[in-house]
Amino acid sequence: MRVGVITFPGTLDDRDAARAVNVGGAEAVSLWHADADLKSVDAVILPGGFSYGDYLRCGAISRFAPVMNLVIEAAEKGMPVLGICNGFQVLCESHLLPGALTRNSDLHFLCRDQEIEITNTQTAWTSSYSVGQKIVIPLKNGEGSFQCDDKTLAQLEGEGRVIARYVGQNPNGSRNLIAGISNARGNVVGLMPHPEHAIDPLTGPTAQGLGFFTSILNDMVK
Amino acid sequence: MALDTVAIAQTTPEAIQPYAQLGLKPDEYARIRQILGRRPTSSELAMYSVMWSEHCSYKSSKVHLKQFGDKAPKSDALLVGIGENAGVVDVGQGYAVTFKIESHNHPSFVEPYQGAATGIGGIVRDILTMGARPVAVMDPLRFGPADAPDTRRVLPGIVAGVGGYGNCLGLPNIGGEVIFDETYSGNPLVNALCVGVMKHSDIKLAKAAGAGNLVVLYGAKTGGDGIGGVSVLASETFGAGGSTKRPSVQVGDPFVEKVLIECSLEIFAEDLVVGIQDLGGAGLSCATSELASGGSGGMKVALDKVPLRDPSLSPEEILMSESQERMCAIVEPEKLARFLEICAKWDVTVTAIGEVTDGDRLVITWNDEIIVNVPPRTVAHEGPVYNRPMAQPAYIDDVNSQTVKVPIPNTAAEIKATVLELAATPNLADKSWVTSQYDKYVQGNTIQSQPDDSGMVRIDECTHLGVAISTDANANWSYLNPYQGAKLALAEAARNIATAGARPLAVTNCLNFGSPEDPGVMWQFAESVRGLADGCLEMGLPVTGGNVSFYNQTGAVAILPTPVIGVLGVIDDVRTRTPMSFESAGLDLYLLGDTHADLAGSEWAFMHGQRVGQSPTADLAREMRLIEVLLAGRVEKIFSAAHDLSQGGLSAGLTEMVLRHSVGATITLADVGISLLSESPGRVIVAIEPSKTDALSSLAAKYQITLSRLGTTGGNALRINDAVISLDELRTAHTATFQKLFC
Repeated sequence: MRVGVITFPGTLDDRDAARAVNVGGAEAVSLWHADADLKSVDAVILPGGFSYGDYLRCGAISRFAPVMNLVIEAAEKGMPVLGICNGFQVLCESHLLPGALTRNSDLHFLCRDQEIEITNTQTAWTSSYSVGQKIVIPLKNGEGSFQCDDKTLAQLEGEGRVIARYVGQNPNGSRNLIAGISNARGNVVGLMPHPEHAIDPLTGPTAQGLGFFTSILNDMVK
Repeated sequence: MALDTVAIAQTTPEAIQPYAQLGLKPDEYARIRQILGRRPTSSELAMYSVMWSEHCSYKSSKVHLKQFGDKAPKSDALLVGIGENAGVVDVGQGYAVTFKIESHNHPSFVEPYQGAATGIGGIVRDILTMGARPVAVMDPLRFGPADAPDTRRVLPGIVAGVGGYGNCLGLPNIGGEVIFDETYSGNPLVNALCVGVMKHSDIKLAKAAGAGNLVVLYGAKTGGDGIGGVSVLASETFGAGGSTKRPSVQVGDPFVEKVLIECSLEIFAEDLVVGIQDLGGAGLSCATSELASGGSGGMKVALDKVPLRDPSLSPEEILMSESQERMCAIVEPEKLARFLEICAKWDVTVTAIGEVTDGDRLVITWNDEIIVNVPPRTVAHEGPVYNRPMAQPAYIDDVNSQTVKVPIPNTAAEIKATVLELAATPNLADKSWVTSQYDKYVQGNTIQSQPDDSGMVRIDECTHLGVAISTDANANWSYLNPYQGAKLALAEAARNIATAGARPLAVTNCLNFGSPEDPGVMWQFAESVRGLADGCLEMGLPVTGGNVSFYNQTGAVAILPTPVIGVLGVIDDVRTRTPMSFESAGLDLYLLGDTHADLAGSEWAFMHGQRVGQSPTADLAREMRLIEVLLAGRVEKIFSAAHDLSQGGLSAGLTEMVLRHSVGATITLADVGISLLSESPGRVIVAIEPSKTDALSSLAAKYQITLSRLGTTGGNALRINDAVISLDELRTAHTATFQKLFC
């Protein structure tokens, strides 16, 4: 199985995401933002970073990269897409996911080991976990506060599309402690914390992030 | 202003030139006239003024720094030594590592965010320029008193700048220091270290060889920021009532730098450059003269071809601008097309601005008129050299003759209060408020970071080869005895690497001092350099490069002599490192090393306002034996944990260990007050399984290192004799300080 990892100018966690894909058992394929070519991948990851410097709204420019037109088209047909951190922001700007990520409530960049609870295991990216499972993975961002209007929030909650929540004190002011959400179909997932930095206790706090990268294999088997 | 050309300069020898405003002394100006045989053009004057600044020319420090060469130990590890952008060290398996530390002190006081941000940007480009992929940064920071109003302005801005730039480059921040002292108010120290990794064959040098090869400028466009940053800003003291000097601070764009890194690495991988230099301090003046000087000397540059952000810039301003995120490469003509293609892929602006020529003159034109015609070595390497007067300052004898008088705890209540007070004091308190603003995970190779003794990154995912780095300074000791202070800082940095089991290999340094025009400061500097050079020779560690920052002085008040020493080491398998703390109960705790009544220069003395007494004397032979114990203990799997003791002594060391994994300890100490507070150098706490007792004893005996039992691990409190300090109250004391000060 081939999982594409997109590099925009300013993407930082592309090599980490590719490593996680490979450790998870799939084959990582590097995709370049300016190429209108998905290289026949079966799924796509938009990794973290500061694409185009994030000087406008985070993800606002990347959303218009040539490769994104193909990603949007494929996602609408059901291809699994995972956006991590900056990738989550790009998915929101692309309207593949609702809402927006805004400045952390304390106005500082925050890097720490964060406990999250998996709340939906029906998506393409979370089936390796069990509902209610708590995992610790790094959180690192300046603009990670998930915001949306009340109607959208009610819809996300009502449809079970909140896939992960922060445990304990709210780290960034996200509504309802939301750490990640999915689209209605469950193939597109956006996640603020970084599972790709938690695939080996040697270099991360745990190996508990690996489930996101093994889930995608389960999804393909189905 | 009319264009000043060489032709005009030849016919108007008496024209008045603003050399003093540019920071040049009358005799320096006279020497330029002598070199050129005429008055310099305004562009030449601009170049000489920035390149002959203290910051670029090392004119006050050169005569002392040559000791690092004269006393250099024999080392097979050193691939590139002092003089290039950064030194390069062989770490085995075909890998080479380059690392360097630099200061960005003055800009960070004027404009904290941008000053600190561009400090990171500059050192990262130095590392990139050697041909390496930057893999981590560290930032030793020093500020005025933690509760001073200006510290509340400067510290959050500097921390945000370090994070804002480094995070956006995708470089993990793996350590540093945050220290407070009143002498740094008005002169905060922002030192930035970067480490990069490459294969031996990838090393690049700053030299323009081969007539006909092209001089290619790529990266950001040139703007009006940072003009005179090295001369009028970094090479003068801050006086009262002067201009703010804000325009001399550069403004960084980390996104452009990130793209520049990836673009450059792709260019290097295809072997498209003959030589390369980044544009940092002194901008194009530095890059062109150093590249030409590194080759045969001949170079022709058309300055009007430089892409500008601000089209109104004059040639003099273009030569002096320190706009960030620019690189200058020497490229063979047949490789230019591919070079341009890679730049286009990354949307990087690129322009061929000149070519390498036969001969030995650097000639710069502006719309075909010659505005610079100089021998480049006289600009880059043959600047003025000063043997500044120096004299031992009067305070030395005075403070050395006094003894520290501080309360020494003895009862359970006193012990508890002392441990909590030390845990909470700003210099020793938990620094998470700072480090949580830095990305430590990116690149996925971080093995150790704050609050570990050293930062450690893996450089090979298959073999698990890694490098460890620590930066240290104890300015209180350096104030009491700069010679010993430098040696002790070297020993501490080396020890901080060895606790994890990495072998120290090489040294970098950032020497932060007051004004070199003050003979007392100059003496502090000379003694520090002598101490460091002697220490490196004795420990067999080559100095690979460094940086001198003078003029850290406001009015008559100079900073404490602050030589920050960085030591890099190698570890063959990062998975087998010795961790900094224990995770389980039932381990035995031992102290390696001797404890004397070393309170002079200690944190406890500092907290009581006493900067008197005599610093400890470095025993580097013993430090080296201790390092061998630590390395052997890792290989023989004796240690469950090892932690260096430094500021705050045993009290701080135990606090850090028990809080790390929330496992307490029970400690029994004779002479409890001195045992807790002394900062005798060369000491390490180790935790072992009881079954390893004999192995530890014989290892310590083999290397003649004193071994004493401290106690055992376990429980939810730190118990010292009859004192019981619950981990909760210890944690609250340790973590509340920065929250209260800066939130």
